[in-house]
Amino acid sequence: MEKDEKTGEKAPPMILLDKVGKFYGNFRVLSECSTQVAKGEVVVVCGPSGSGKSTLIKCVNGLEPFQEGEILVNGVSVGAASTDLPKLRSHVGMVFQNFELFPHMTILENLTIAQTKVIKRDKAEAEQRAAELLHRVGLHIHATRYPGQLSGGQQQRVAIARALAMDPICMLFDEPTSALDPEMISEVLDVMTELAQDGMTMMCVTHEMGFAKRVAHRVAFIDQGQIVEDVSKDEFFDHPRSERAAQFLSRILHH
Amino acid sequence: MNYNWNWGIFLEASPDGTGSYLYTLFLGTRWTIAVSLTAWVAALVMGGVVGTLTTLPRRGWAMLGDAYIEFFRNIPLLVQMFLWFFVVPEIVPEVIGTWMKQTPNSSFWTAVVALAFFTSTRVAVQFRAGILSQARGQMMAAQALGMNMTQSYCYVILPMAFRIILPPLTSEFMNILKNSSVAMAVGLMELTAQTRAMQEFSFQVFEAFTVSTIIYIVINMVIVFGMRRLERWLAVPGFSIDRASEADLRGGA
Repeated sequence: MEKDEKTGEKAPPMILLDKVGKFYGNFRVLSECSTQVAKGEVVVVCGPSGSGKSTLIKCVNGLEPFQEGEILVNGVSVGAASTDLPKLRSHVGMVFQNFELFPHMTILENLTIAQTKVIKRDKAEAEQRAAELLHRVGLHIHATRYPGQLSGGQQQRVAIARALAMDPICMLFDEPTSALDPEMISEVLDVMTELAQDGMTMMCVTHEMGFAKRVAHRVAFIDQGQIVEDVSKDEFFDHPRSERAAQFLSRILHH
Repeated sequence: MNYNWNWGIFLEASPDGTGSYLYTLFLGTRWTIAVSLTAWVAALVMGGVVGTLTTLPRRGWAMLGDAYIEFFRNIPLLVQMFLWFFVVPEIVPEVIGTWMKQTPNSSFWTAVVALAFFTSTRVAVQFRAGILSQARGQMMAAQALGMNMTQSYCYVILPMAFRIILPPLTSEFMNILKNSSVAMAVGLMELTAQTRAMQEFSFQVFEAFTVSTIIYIVINMVIVFGMRRLERWLAVPGFSIDRASEADLRGGA
């Protein structure tokens, strides 16, 4: 809440979704989804499986096309034909459910490849940045190993470091802990929490309600392709307005 | 069966005047290797490009790739050899046709072209399979980092696709060596043609084909050995093909 007031309403949002709608063929997956993420804000997107939350977050950096509405990232329209999507994506970090590290590259190469090829940093600079970030996620000793030799939790921390290596203006997380063994979830959440506390703008699709309570400023609840609730964290957990959200919370918090 | 075995025949002079029969088989082997290797390199490049095209999100490219594959794999290799050798030079503009006919070693180049097109379709299908076997997530991860389509393919998708399809590519490499024998139909004096010639001149059919059989087997064993070395060299530590587990493919290693 404090941070909400600090950022205020005058600053333009980092991510703005305005009545986004999406179809797979004739099947509607998203309808009139509107929300925004201010600079430095952490928004958790949650909802039952199949509700469209992963699809929604992939629309934000244009990995999934959408047919209706508009998405602006730092003022740039994601859906516009004239937008240089690779350029836009290069400063929007994304972390996937299944890590998606490049298996044939060492951890260090995973962190440097986009730095050198996409934003044309020289190799020494890229490696230095990579080393810093691997230190930050506590995996510098694994720099020369391959993704297949690391645990799931370690791979996901590398994936976060890989996204951070591009010095993103915001980060998107698509169920970053869903594919992890329970004992590895916390090591990933710790990295994310630290990131949030450092003021990173984050949009996280996650079921980790503990994480949401700890670091989120706002929670958006999606059901059947619609954002049915988009409120401050406290409001969401203490007084969910919609029946569906209340039901969801009671299930997820009590199992 | 009244057959006079004569293993000494290989040391006798062949009537074409180049030397002993053994030497003519050696010359044939050289052509076989030359035509197979040249066609293989071309087939790999062409197959890699066409296979990649078929996986692109642009429908036009994908259709072009599919058309190429269906065209060149549905015509028998022998017919393709004849088409390139007898038909194509007649239907292209005369200058080019004459050049094709008069170019030195035209049967060699015809064989290379026909084998390359034919084999490239099979290589293309394997490349496509190798690309599609990777989760869509790899492509998304590359793009999420700001890579464009070309970069995503070059740095992320293709290096893994190539590793995944190495075992079936070994079979294609061996196939191209065996298929190179069809080149005798357009007059290339490769190993099979030289063996036939030896049989006709000397009547020692068993000796001739025994030796050429052994030569084919030995060359293919060299290919298998070489490709295994390559597989081991390119192996990714800690990686197994989860979607079609490597261990399963090899019968539980």
